[in-house]
Amino acid sequence: MALTGLDIFKLTPKKNCKDCGFPTCLAFSMKVASGGSEIEKCPHMSPEALEKLSEATAPPMKALKFGKGDNEYTIGGETVLFRHEKTFVNRNRFAVMFTDQLSEEAIQSKLDNIKKVNYVRIGETMKVEIAAIKYVSDKEKYFNLIKKVKESGISIAYMLICEDVDVLKEALELVKDEKPIVYGATKDNYEAMVSLVKDQKLPLGLKADGLEELYNLVEKVQGLDYKELVLGTEASSVKETFKNAVQIRRTALKEQDRKFGYPSVVFANELANNDSNMEIAIASLFVVKYGSIIVLEDIDYAKALSLFSLRQNVFTDPQRPMRVEPDIYPINGADENSPVLVTVDFALTYFIVAGEIERSKVPVWVAIPDAGGYSVLTAWAAGKFGAGSISKFIKESGIAEKTKSRKLILPGLVAVLKGELEDELPEWEIIIGTEEAMHIPKFLKQLNNTVEANA
Amino acid sequence: MPFKMSVQDFKGKINEVEIGKGEKAIKIGGQKATALYHFDNDAGNAPKIGIEITDIYPEEWIASLKELYKDVANDPAAWAKFVEEKLEPDFICLRFEGSDPNGLDKSPEECAEVAKAVVEAISIPLVIAGTQNHDKDAKIFEKITAAVDGHNCLFLAATEENYKTVGASAGLAYKHKVGAESSVDINLAKQLNVLLDQLGVKNEDITMHIGCSAVGYGFEYLISTVDRIRLAALGQNDKTLQMPIITPVSFETWTVKESIAEEEDAPEWGSREERAISIEISTATSIIAVGADAVIVRHPKSLETLKNLTSQLA
Ligand code: B12
Ligand code: SF4
Repeated sequence: MALTGLDIFKLTPKKNCKDCGFPTCLAFSMKVASGGSEIEKCPHMSPEALEKLSEATAPPMKALKFGKGDNEYTIGGETVLFRHEKTFVNRNRFAVMFTDQLSEEAIQSKLDNIKKVNYVRIGETMKVEIAAIKYVSDKEKYFNLIKKVKESGISIAYMLICEDVDVLKEALELVKDEKPIVYGATKDNYEAMVSLVKDQKLPLGLKADGLEELYNLVEKVQGLDYKELVLGTEASSVKETFKNAVQIRRTALKEQDRKFGYPSVVFANELANNDSNMEIAIASLFVVKYGSIIVLEDIDYAKALSLFSLRQNVFTDPQRPMRVEPDIYPINGADENSPVLVTVDFALTYFIVAGEIERSKVPVWVAIPDAGGYSVLTAWAAGKFGAGSISKFIKESGIAEKTKSRKLILPGLVAVLKGELEDELPEWEIIIGTEEAMHIPKFLKQLNNTVEANA
Repeated sequence: MPFKMSVQDFKGKINEVEIGKGEKAIKIGGQKATALYHFDNDAGNAPKIGIEITDIYPEEWIASLKELYKDVANDPAAWAKFVEEKLEPDFICLRFEGSDPNGLDKSPEECAEVAKAVVEAISIPLVIAGTQNHDKDAKIFEKITAAVDGHNCLFLAATEENYKTVGASAGLAYKHKVGAESSVDINLAKQLNVLLDQLGVKNEDITMHIGCSAVGYGFEYLISTVDRIRLAALGQNDKTLQMPIITPVSFETWTVKESIAEEEDAPEWGSREERAISIEISTATSIIAVGADAVIVRHPKSLETLKNLTSQLA
């Protein structure tokens, strides 16, 4: 909730001492309210007043940190319900579920899968970020499970799921340096749970039967002065869970009610009932609509390739397409004999194309004219990637001095430009590349072979 | 203070459009809320899921699908009947791959004959798609609309380039439904609806195809375009954007690397079929989550999963 200048003025010492650089406390307060100055500029504010202020000016949805080192993540902190209004800031994080009921082989297989699914897409590491470790009934197995995950060498953050305070206490000892999320505070155990996590300020996951009970529980926990929370959306159906996730987000952002101003946890694994296609559908639903932590049963490439890509899309800045700098780039050690390949300055396109060229190991120059930051067809349709602009770039970029090759490879999707380009660049042989970037390696290797055969 | 549901009340309503005829006809749209928000208001008809078939043998399709359809894929009518009986989708989308001028370049008359045989072989609604060649699509649709007269089909699609011909034959002469296709832009979507309206096509006979891409390939623009269209249609009661949305997901998802890379090209990625299904399910679910009222998919597993999901969300 935004504070008015007067609200802020009431909290100042009202000394009018000018140390803040303003003539009066009121003038200063007005400036702070409009965002023109920071409250820290007044050296005389009492700690209580500062705390009140920071609370009142905090965003409606808390941004919560968990995990440690390379595995530290922030969730929550969103300010809008729709991404065209403003960027969604903190991407959801994916967890894989482990329980003390799993066989040794099942545990090992999940660990292996987590290790295996770890790749880079458009500059971003794609992997499971959280091991969700759930206590069901066997204490010793549970502790061993936690140790096993820790000792497996996977790089991951932890979420301990446990409603038994005594078990949890011991379990926490095993991962106390990892800043885990602790999930399992209910209306019956919340006091003990809060005292368990308070010192270390660990994020505490609340679990309740329905939104009303959850709301009351948050109120009680906040009453204990604890505010590092994540909210369970658990319900018996996808429909109820969806309602819970949307209502939590909306109550925070639209109604500006901080009781629901926290990130959420969605157990897609439970709703999917061991149907991995269903799990993909449910997880996708909650990537788009407001799941902060999404728990999966297991991970494999089929799941990851769609869920991680979807997430990457949803959390990009809607105002600015990601661009790369127009220029000529050598790949795979391109030299004076390497051919030239043209693409656009849309980051997504560039990274996909560059990745495939690297895979081919064939040295090429990549020429990227200013195409407005658009994909190949979008730029072409917008008139920003035509024979005129491409030939101008080829002439002015100095590429003709960097390589003696006069082979210019076009994206297959704009094959129509061939004729015009031949007219504009008579010294160059215009070659139509493949439509799909994934066929570039084969295409370049064949091209290389013909060049070598002719030489 | 007890918890109070946060409810969004809108003035506007999405049109309800009927496709097909008889008992198996489907209705899409009709909601007064954003997608799946039953807690706000009437969420309208549950999203409908259709299966794609083609007028010619689907050479490019994965082996398991060619195997599934091996006895019928050379005969679109038999294929459609098989799909209706075995897979039970809400509708079938027949795609005229064979009409492509850069391919087999089949004549409008040939296409019309195929469409007629297909529509008569099935009782579920038929959606008819061309090849994205706007001139040729207009030509084949002119003939097909007449051949399937009375079957209340949906034509995908009328574009800025060919809406006059497509609108006149599908929307006016034969009272089918017109799919208005634009490219990922609220203003373009609106403009095309207005143009069709000026041509005399009734709003209730129009559905929108606002563009499509697979997740990971500029999909965020689709999300935001649909979000904005729905907020304008419902919140500002903008009549020119209150058409239900149909998204041909399979037209995009089966051409991206995740779906076409062979296992020997990407050994660590595992089964190609599973990847392709995953991309299809994820893309379809995500576009339904923001507002698509109907989607077209290719794989039976995608259909099964999406039907399961949408029935659980209804
Ligand atoms: C997202 C999107 C947009 C976004 C822009 C996103 C961006 N930054 O580019 C927005 C909403 C802004 C947009 C706008 C427009 N768009 Co648009 N858009 C799309 C959409 C849905 C996805 C594009 C995408 O991101 N593709 C992913 C990238 C990675 O693909 P790519 O760049 O082609 O790269 C691939 C290959 O080409 C290859 N490759 C790339 N470089 C090279 C180089 C070589 C040598 C080789 C071998 C291969 C290769 O590798 C990549 C992977 O395989 C497509 C539809 C679709 N599904 O493709 C329509 C689409 C491209 N848009 C289209 C149109 C018409 C437009 C507009 C002109 C609409 C308008 N009238 O306003 C505008 C143009 C912009 C403007 N006027 O300002 C049309 C183009 C039609 C045509 N065939 O000409 C499309 C195809 C939609 C359609 N079916 O109508 N669009
Ligand atoms: S420094 Fe603080 S006390 Fe002094 S004038 Fe500024 S606001 Fe008032």
